Amino acid sequence: MNIKRLTPARWAASGLLLVVFIVLSLLPTLTQGYLVTLLTDILRYVVLTVGWMIFSGPTNYMSLATAAFYGVGFYIAAVFNGPLPFVAVIIIAGAVSFVMALVVGALTLRLRGVYFAIFTFALTLMVTSVVLEVERVVTGTRGRFVVTESTQTAYYAMLIVTIVTLVMAVLIRRSRYGLALQSIGQYEEAAAHSGINVVLTKVMVFAASAFVMGMAGAIIATRRTYIDPGIAFSLNTSFWPVLMALFGGMGNLVGPVIGAAVFTYLGELLLTRFPDLYMLIFGVVLILAIAFMPRGIVGLAEQVWGKIRGGRGAPA
Amino acid sequence: MVVIRDIIITGLLLGGIFALVSVGLSLQYGVGRVMNVAHGEFIMIGSFVTFWLFGSTIHLDPLVSILITAPLTFVIGWILHATLFRRLMDTSPTLDVFEGKSMLASFGLLYVVQNIARIIWGSQNYQVMYLNRTVTGAQIPLNRLVALGVVIVIGVVFYIFLARTRMGKAIRASSQDPTTAGLMGVNINSVLAVCFGLGVAMAGIAGSLLSTLYAIQTSMGLQYTVIAMIVVVLGGLGSVSGAMIGGVVLGIVSQIVTYFQPTWTLIAYYLVFILLLLVRPKGIMGK
Amino acid sequence: MHLLEGEGVTRYFGGLAAVSDVDFYVDQGEILGLIGPNGAGKTTLFNLISAALKPKPGRIIFKGRDITPLPAYKICRLGIARTFQTVKIFADVPVIRNVMVGALFGTGHYVSSAQARKKAEEALEFVDLTPLKDIPAGDLTLAQQKRLEMARAIASEPELLLLDELMAGLTPTEVTEAMSDVAQLRSRGITVIMIEHVMQAIMKISDRIIVLDYGKKIAEGTPEEVAANPQVIEVYLGEECDA
Repeated sequence: MNIKRLTPARWAASGLLLVVFIVLSLLPTLTQGYLVTLLTDILRYVVLTVGWMIFSGPTNYMSLATAAFYGVGFYIAAVFNGPLPFVAVIIIAGAVSFVMALVVGALTLRLRGVYFAIFTFALTLMVTSVVLEVERVVTGTRGRFVVTESTQTAYYAMLIVTIVTLVMAVLIRRSRYGLALQSIGQYEEAAAHSGINVVLTKVMVFAASAFVMGMAGAIIATRRTYIDPGIAFSLNTSFWPVLMALFGGMGNLVGPVIGAAVFTYLGELLLTRFPDLYMLIFGVVLILAIAFMPRGIVGLAEQVWGKIRGGRGAPA
Repeated sequence: MVVIRDIIITGLLLGGIFALVSVGLSLQYGVGRVMNVAHGEFIMIGSFVTFWLFGSTIHLDPLVSILITAPLTFVIGWILHATLFRRLMDTSPTLDVFEGKSMLASFGLLYVVQNIARIIWGSQNYQVMYLNRTVTGAQIPLNRLVALGVVIVIGVVFYIFLARTRMGKAIRASSQDPTTAGLMGVNINSVLAVCFGLGVAMAGIAGSLLSTLYAIQTSMGLQYTVIAMIVVVLGGLGSVSGAMIGGVVLGIVSQIVTYFQPTWTLIAYYLVFILLLLVRPKGIMGK
Repeated sequence: MHLLEGEGVTRYFGGLAAVSDVDFYVDQGEILGLIGPNGAGKTTLFNLISAALKPKPGRIIFKGRDITPLPAYKICRLGIARTFQTVKIFADVPVIRNVMVGALFGTGHYVSSAQARKKAEEALEFVDLTPLKDIPAGDLTLAQQKRLEMARAIASEPELLLLDELMAGLTPTEVTEAMSDVAQLRSRGITVIMIEHVMQAIMKISDRIIVLDYGKKIAEGTPEEVAANPQVIEVYLGEECDA
């Protein structure tokens, strides 16, 4: 939007980012197995969280349809991977999710606030039961097998989708459409009367966010041999990105990325160390995060930093 | 004709249960603005406490156990609101933010409650054998009739509570206009906590009754949360009488679909739900 | 040809007519005052012109074109901007970017970011908010927020501006300032329709006044004519006594 001058801090940040991506892209040559798998998983949640935030962050429309778009990616992979090259499968998955989001977006325009959240929640559940029923009638089975890809291939694919997602998020934020989305979130009526095509803006950005979710789904599916609707459309996939974004803080893009990384790692740790208490601990952390860190980790860090510098803390 | 009669009767019976499952959520959202995703978990808690009391040495009658599950779940709900949700209210700049945060926090609650229950009771199916014989003539299971009776009694008691008592009036006032109610001397925080507690207690009571009708397991909560959400939207968010009507409508829809194609019941629920949200988001009873 | 024209504009809420069969027009360069007691349908009429609501039945014609079926954002881009009785600003967004929204999206032609910023700065200068341009709009006082809305509307380069109670709650000095602002709008070639309860101000500044009561147009004419109209006096005296 406004031309940002490249201050030394910005140069440093860009340099750091570049180093991070170089390390990430060289990683599979240095180490194998668990770390790569874990990183793929983290990157998946970075994609889902940032993807979710592209739309829901500025507009305050809490979408719980992430699992629906992500799960569609699973099924596209199950059907097409093997017959078609992996790259094509990923793009088709994104495209199908995109179109689905266009339709959903066009239908849900009248709904606001909690109604939108409930609608998208119900949509995910409905897609689950429809797929289950279709599978029962057509294939007579509950799940499907997926042609797998190697750990490395999946990792690189996810890294590229992550970069695409982050670039898209930055471009939208910086562009006039970022301001339009923000205006819609603040006062939709005033946005419309100021000349913003509210409907088109919302639907297009909602669909763009679904695009990356579908791609992430297709990639993750190839890391599993077997999928079923319960796995593909798990409600956790809808709620986690919201929590990760909240946990990290939604003021900028760093927050969601940190949130996704911390939560994924924490989840992984709990699942391996305390499988019986995993949900309990996770739930408690989550509640505490919502109750005591209203602006997320990044907000908290800013506040602490502000205090150290003797200021009154970051402005709300 | 017999088919239609049976569909209507079983639909009504099921609808009564659905209504009971939903009234609590309607109250929580209508007055407190909490879209409680963990609602079904408290139904599960009610079921398991009833099951546990029934199976224990005192062999407590499931209906009598309501006298224990209701206050127990009420206290849980009251405490949750007085701590967690009040904090969220205090830290949220707008109602929209609070609605979002409280829905997410309740998702965390779902995890916690379900995990605790799983530690105690595991994840297998249980069944409370109670009055599961049919009434002569109509082929209606006795426990369903009893459940419907309890639903009606609770509905009436609750209606009287809202219409006649001081707390009931405060609740109604707060649901209409919290700010003015606050100015008129209603202690909003205590009303909201009581309301949330009542909502959870309704879930507990529903759980006690459900344990006599169906097999129970610790993961049963979510399906009832979903039913409650559908019914509440059907009847209009926040309308208690709407929840009753919505429950019956969904019950009959459910039985009609089940008659033709049982595997489509769930899809039919969601379809009704989604269509309704699109056509009449304020519900059948909404203005 | 009139700049804007309404034919038989009607809108019911439930069984009640909020606006009932109102014909009106405004000419290029005019300042049209819209007055009437509370609940007379003035804001509803603004909502109908700006397509927040659709007239049923009735037609709204702008520069000879029937704009009744158009959505709100297109109305704005065609050149009809508005402010709101209860302010509707983007509270968490800096003041300047509030105004940039109007400049970027409201003009109907492509505006670069740099141009938009420049236009926004001009508009803020016009409403005297330049020193506050970088703070969040929510931190402004109510009177400032009203001016911010006006700046946002101006930034969209309107030919017609709908001002809904610009002067409500202002001190006498501020009212005088606001009046000179409106007069300046006219000198910039912007036609104005304004709803106002501050009688002195609207009588002084308007070229023509339309009086609504219970959704119906009960009088129309120059301020002097309207002030002398017995029906208007009756409506207003009744209102004054209640207030």
